[in-house]
Amino acid sequence: MAITREEVLHVARLARLELREEEVVRFQDQLSAILDAVSKVAELDLSDVPPTSHPLAIANAWAEDEPEPCLPLDEVFANAPDRVDDYFGSPPA
Amino acid sequence: MIDTLRLTAEGAKELLARGEVSGAELFAAYRAAIDARNPELNAFLTLVDEPAAGGGVPIALKDVISTKGVRTTAGSKILEHYVPVFDATVAARCKAHGLALLGKTNTDEFAMGSSTENSAFGPTRNPWDPARVPGGSGGGSAAAVAAGLAPWALGSDTGGSIKQPAALCGTVGLRPTYGTVSRFGVVAFASSLDQVGPVAKTVRDCAWLYAVISGRDAHDATTVDVPPVELPDGEDLRGVRIGVPRQLNEAEGIEPGVKAAVDAAIARAAALGAAVEACELPLSVDYGLACYYLIAPAEASANLARYDGVRYGLRSPGADFGEMVMATRRDGFGDEVKRRIMIGTYALSSGYYDAYYGTAQKVRTVIRREHEALFERFDVLVSPTSPTVAFPIGEKAADPLAMYLSDVLTIPSNLAGLPGLSIPCGLSGGLPVGLQLVGPPFSENRLFAVAHVLEQALGFDVVPERLR
Repeated sequence: MAITREEVLHVARLARLELREEEVVRFQDQLSAILDAVSKVAELDLSDVPPTSHPLAIANAWAEDEPEPCLPLDEVFANAPDRVDDYFGSPPA
Repeated sequence: MIDTLRLTAEGAKELLARGEVSGAELFAAYRAAIDARNPELNAFLTLVDEPAAGGGVPIALKDVISTKGVRTTAGSKILEHYVPVFDATVAARCKAHGLALLGKTNTDEFAMGSSTENSAFGPTRNPWDPARVPGGSGGGSAAAVAAGLAPWALGSDTGGSIKQPAALCGTVGLRPTYGTVSRFGVVAFASSLDQVGPVAKTVRDCAWLYAVISGRDAHDATTVDVPPVELPDGEDLRGVRIGVPRQLNEAEGIEPGVKAAVDAAIARAAALGAAVEACELPLSVDYGLACYYLIAPAEASANLARYDGVRYGLRSPGADFGEMVMATRRDGFGDEVKRRIMIGTYALSSGYYDAYYGTAQKVRTVIRREHEALFERFDVLVSPTSPTVAFPIGEKAADPLAMYLSDVLTIPSNLAGLPGLSIPCGLSGGLPVGLQLVGPPFSENRLFAVAHVLEQALGFDVVPERLR
């Protein structure tokens, strides 16, 4: 199934991904080919088949409610591009 | 003189125990091998200069595993300068066992790829033939072990990123049962599939390293209690029921030389007493790839939303918050990562969710059931790990779908959450061929036992011919 240039741009916006013009053109072709290939999943009759979200049948993985020390603030911010006091800095929304 | 090309982790442990070498000497020997061969291979992205105190057997970790104070890039420009402030649970467990970190190994960006060519820091080359890929995404770990740059290593496997590089580099690689190894502190790709596992020269080393890293972790709610690991030492395969799924052994694209080596290994298993019988996985192989390439990108698109230039990682300039985020992701992510984010976002977007992601999850149930049914009759399923031997660098780089086919034989059991072990079983055109052994959940001990017997019988020389 061919996807349109507009769809490529729409999906990129949803993904917060700025694409270069060359990428828009190439991804339009490649995504169409990949979506064609993966659409094969629609061939099967799956009306009575439940979905698998997780390969093991784990329900409610409980842990003891024991507090552990948190990271010190200087470590929390160690990799931050911009620290403003004890906050992460960013350009204005 | 320590021969790092031949020394196993078990051998290294014995040398240390007998006091024949010190931890520092062992570390220095691997460091010398790295200095000699890594410039050609590019298996390591970051090196550790001094062995940690109490240094025992050295180890290399794939660069998706967080290591406190040691740069962790996930092969991505967006994390080029990221230095974790905590250890992943698997890294902490290695430390607690005295394993000395040599460095961090190259990977396709965010573990997305089958050749390690998608790394932002250049491809890793195959020690058997540097013009060829080592497989991926864990090509750095597999190449490091094959070239004697580390006795063993950890990888991570979502669609085949431990097993396939092990096959292409002639090493042993285990993708453990989903839930047996903690992912806490491991850079997330597709969380319903990601597993950490060992890469080594022998099945026994692989089993030992699995014993070090496996088991429940309070920091990862998907982990469970794991049966005690038994180091294998058997000599025959009497009583073992081996299934040979036709679709995995006759899939389109399997090279004749790969098929020949795998068939010979299966014949050897029969000669060693195993009951070998053909069987069927009617839908798993045909539909596995399509199912995987919906589920994995969908989960990746959600996991990678965290790279927004705020808390860590690259930030590119932008006039406002939205522009900054879009520019950061434009500059920080490579081609394949962007492609998968796009596919995943599309598959999860309003109006398409049921048709794509929802349907793929149902197909996953079909695949799981097909495998479950076979394990009523068989202990182990065998096939080639990869349809091909190591391919030339650049051959599939421009064709994403051709690259995706590299994992067609590893993906079905991965979707079912099953453990899979790849061992080298012979050569085709001078390049290693991997045999994949898959078992029911938590059957690692059985896989080790069967693979160890075969490994001894096949006598594959794990040292690349050009380095002997």
